[in-house]
Amino acid sequence: MIVQALAFYLFAVILTLSALMVITARNPVHSVLFLILAFFNSAGLFILLGAEFVGMLMVIVYVGAVAVLFLFVVMMLDVSFADLRKEAMQYVPIGLLIGAVLLTELVMVYGAWAFAPGVEDSLAVPLLRFEGVSNSEALGRVLYTDYILAFQLAGLILFVAMIGAIVLTLRGRPGVRKQSVAAQHARRPDDVLEIHKVTPGTGS
Amino acid sequence: MDFFEIGLSHYLTLAAVLFTIGVFGMFLNRKNVIVILMSIELMLLAVNINFVAFSAYLNDLTGQVFTMFILTVAAAEAAIGLAILVAFFRNKGSIAVEDISSMKG
Repeated sequence: MIVQALAFYLFAVILTLSALMVITARNPVHSVLFLILAFFNSAGLFILLGAEFVGMLMVIVYVGAVAVLFLFVVMMLDVSFADLRKEAMQYVPIGLLIGAVLLTELVMVYGAWAFAPGVEDSLAVPLLRFEGVSNSEALGRVLYTDYILAFQLAGLILFVAMIGAIVLTLRGRPGVRKQSVAAQHARRPDDVLEIHKVTPGTGS
Repeated sequence: MDFFEIGLSHYLTLAAVLFTIGVFGMFLNRKNVIVILMSIELMLLAVNINFVAFSAYLNDLTGQVFTMFILTVAAAEAAIGLAILVAFFRNKGSIAVEDISSMKG
C-alpha cells in the first residue's frame, strides 16, 4: 500500500511539474519535450489504476503521434518565439485569479467526493463481469460489442481528420516540372512528328 | 483525505490541478498558438485522468472506453489544428494570435 502511495506521489509530482514547465518554458521545443514527460507520467498513473491498455495507448498515441507532430511543426515553422512572449505578462494576474477560482471550486467538489449509496447496481459495464480477464481483453470485449457504433464513428473521425489535414497542407507549387502520364499517353505522332523530303544533292 | 491511502479524491485533485495549469497556460502564452494547443492537450489529459480514476474506483469499464474516444478526438484535433497552423503560417508568415483576424470582416 505504501509503495502504491509513493508511486502515485512520484508520478503526480513529476506530472504537475512537467505540466508547469510546458506552459512556462521559453523554448517551445522544451515545451513539447516536457509534454512528452507529462504523458509518460500519466501513463504510469493509468497503470497504477489498473488501466494498462489506456496507459499503453497514452504512450503510443500521445507520445508517438501527437507529441511528435507538435515537435515537427515547432521545428518546421521559422518563427521568433521570443517576440510571441512579449507583453504576455499583462494577462498573468487575471489568469492567476481565474485559475485560483477554478482550482478552489474543483477541489471543493472533488475533495469531498463520495459515491451515492447503491451506485453499484446501476453500473453500465461492471468489472465483475470480467473475472480473471486481463484489462486489454475486457476492454476489447466491451468495445467491439456494446460500443461498436461509437468505435466505428471514432474511426470515421480519424479518417476525416486525416483527409482534412492533407487537404489543408497540400499546395500546388507553380514552376515545378512533374511527369504527366496522361499527357504523355495522349501524344500522337501527327502532332509532333514532321517528315521532310530531302532531295539529294541540293544540300537542304 | 488520508495521505497514504490513495483514493479517488487524490486522482481527482491531481486532475483539477492539471486542468487549471492548462487554463493558466492559455493566459500565459496568449500569443503563441502552438503552446495554446499544448495547453488544450493538458486539459484533455486531465479529463482522461478523471475518467480512468472514476472507472477504477467505480469498478466500471465504461470510463476507460470513453477515454479511448477522447484520445481519438484529441489526436484528430491536434492534427487539424496543426495543419491549419501550417497553412496559416505559409500564407501570413506569422503564428501570432492577434494576426489571425482575416475573417473578422
